[in-house]
Amino acid sequence: MSETVTSTSRGQWIRRLTGHDAVIFYILISVVVISMVSVNFFASTLTVGFLLIQVLPILLIAMPMALVIVSGEIDLSVASTAGLTSATMGVLWRDSGLDIGSVIALSLLVGVLCGAFNGFLITTLGLPSLAVTIGTLALYRGLALVVIGDQKVTNFPPALNAFVLSKIGNTGIPVMMIFVLIVIAFFAVLLHFTPFGRGLYALGYSPQAATFVGVRVGHSKFWMFVATGVVSSMVGIFLTLRLASAGPDNGTGLELSVIAAVLLGGVSIFGGKGNIPGVVGGVLLIGTLTYALRLAKVPETALIIVTGGLLVLSVVAPSVIAWSKERIRLNRLHREVPGQSASGETSA
Amino acid sequence: MKLFSPSSRVGRIGSIAAMATVVALAATGCAATTDGGTGDGEGGDAQTIAFLPKQLNNPYTDVVLGGGEEGAAEIGYDSQVLGPLEASASAQIPFIEQATLEGTNVIVIAANDPDAVGPALQTAREAGAKIVAFDSDTNPDYRDIFISQVVAKDVALIQLEIISEQIGGAGDIAILSATATATNQNEWIMFMEEELASNPDYADINLVAKVYGDDDADKSFQETQGLLSSYPDLAGIISPTTVGIAAAAKYLSTSDYKGQVALTGLGLPNEMREFVKDGTVQEFALWDPAQLGYVAAFAGKALFDGTITGAEGDTFDAGDMGEITVGENGVAIVGPPTRFNADNIDEYAF
Repeated sequence: MSETVTSTSRGQWIRRLTGHDAVIFYILISVVVISMVSVNFFASTLTVGFLLIQVLPILLIAMPMALVIVSGEIDLSVASTAGLTSATMGVLWRDSGLDIGSVIALSLLVGVLCGAFNGFLITTLGLPSLAVTIGTLALYRGLALVVIGDQKVTNFPPALNAFVLSKIGNTGIPVMMIFVLIVIAFFAVLLHFTPFGRGLYALGYSPQAATFVGVRVGHSKFWMFVATGVVSSMVGIFLTLRLASAGPDNGTGLELSVIAAVLLGGVSIFGGKGNIPGVVGGVLLIGTLTYALRLAKVPETALIIVTGGLLVLSVVAPSVIAWSKERIRLNRLHREVPGQSASGETSA
Repeated sequence: MKLFSPSSRVGRIGSIAAMATVVALAATGCAATTDGGTGDGEGGDAQTIAFLPKQLNNPYTDVVLGGGEEGAAEIGYDSQVLGPLEASASAQIPFIEQATLEGTNVIVIAANDPDAVGPALQTAREAGAKIVAFDSDTNPDYRDIFISQVVAKDVALIQLEIISEQIGGAGDIAILSATATATNQNEWIMFMEEELASNPDYADINLVAKVYGDDDADKSFQETQGLLSSYPDLAGIISPTTVGIAAAAKYLSTSDYKGQVALTGLGLPNEMREFVKDGTVQEFALWDPAQLGYVAAFAGKALFDGTITGAEGDTFDAGDMGEITVGENGVAIVGPPTRFNADNIDEYAF
């Protein structure tokens, strides 16, 4: 008995060290090391600061996005939500006379409303999230233009702008990363250590089965879209303060970067698979690779081919691996006596 | 049991991942302190200048950048072009950061958004870079100097000068403009009308008509046709738009008016070359976008050398473009538009 325990735990260890998210981190560390050695100027505290500030919005939104995709849904409206938040924040700051704290609090409400609207259409009316959020992608961006027009609001408190870009001591790590770590921890705990999170996996595998085993499907989905909206709003506020400029076009195109990073991080686009550490690795990998290649003077046109190729590979690879594993397993089953049950194999 | 094992597995992967990240970040962070010095040392050989256009792969931008690289070569700086593929507000920021990281001495930028690039430029300045805005200004707080192409009034006056030379200072002229609401064109036309009314040299020139070709080649073609049949005595046409002048030249070149009615305005050398060669058009004007990049490079050098600060009244040497004076708000004007004629048109490829 004790022998089986040790053998499974060793198996788990091997699996842990060869799993998709582990591989992502190996690649990430390789990219970092190779870049430090071979790319001029890469090894610098400025790199840490610039790189983290660049990936910060993607990292933030990737957290709730991972949960959404694990549950088999998608949210394409995140960048537009950030844009609408930025526009609202600008107009509130310019016209309302409220202090910046209240303006930020009210701006977060934009995300709650955007997310709740998505959630309502998807859960109550039962519409597919892809269709709904393609619609709200355009709708929220359009509303942003209505709210602020083609103007910009730029007179935010300079101290706050400086704070957003400030670093922890001499490390080069932005102070905002502390906040990001809290968000990451929150979503990691939510997904991996709560019944709600386990329900999302069940949902991703099979909504019908999830319903039968007592997951409140509509309830779960609704709150996930609200969470995505709120985090998108946080990003909208961050971008506004970072750029010292509130405009309707803040965050344009962010949704695709986020989804790309989430998929690269090992979350299955079909739902039911993926974890937060992998997603963090995916975001950092795309960010670091882009950053290093730019510094290495790889032309921008070649760069999008590299990141695009990487993404296709990350989507295709798990399917290919799963397919070949399945073939091997079936072959083995055929070779063994059919009477032998495969229970040990499947549970591992 | 099955429910719990994946989460504990994930938890441990999480801790490995977190440790790996910390190691990676710490490694980059530590390396910085040792490597920063050598980075500076390497930069000592030649000064560096980085051009950040609004976006890459834009024909107009390519001409501007061509001039910039020529200027950089003349001042002996190493130049590079950094830019995004799409012209969105914040897309330039990573490239500003890259230039900062590389310790670039001069950053020349055409801003997609005057404010959004501000904080990044501020960081670059703190790292010692001089900021030259060109083509499209940033908020003046964030740059040392703005290199602007031309003054609107100069654009208007040069067209009047050319037409006056060609029609011998007397006769009826007409204007073929773009749309009736075009801001640029209306401003130039206003300056032309003021000058016609006030300058005694132009007392014998009558502006008889203003028509609008809407920057549509076919409509501009027809409007030219209409002008010539309505005003048989017409001596010349000014078309302050590249689409209009090309369409008017096309009509004139196939009609009896070829060589009889003068045509000038703002045109692109590539589009006008055949009409200049076949005698339909003697001379037209446009600013040369390459000069913008060229002057920006020289302005960057002057700022970096400390010979100017970008204050009003500063002057700097701009190579072939002569001496340039900085005006109000740190804006320097490249100079009068260039005249293109049979003698020089083959030198320009835009």
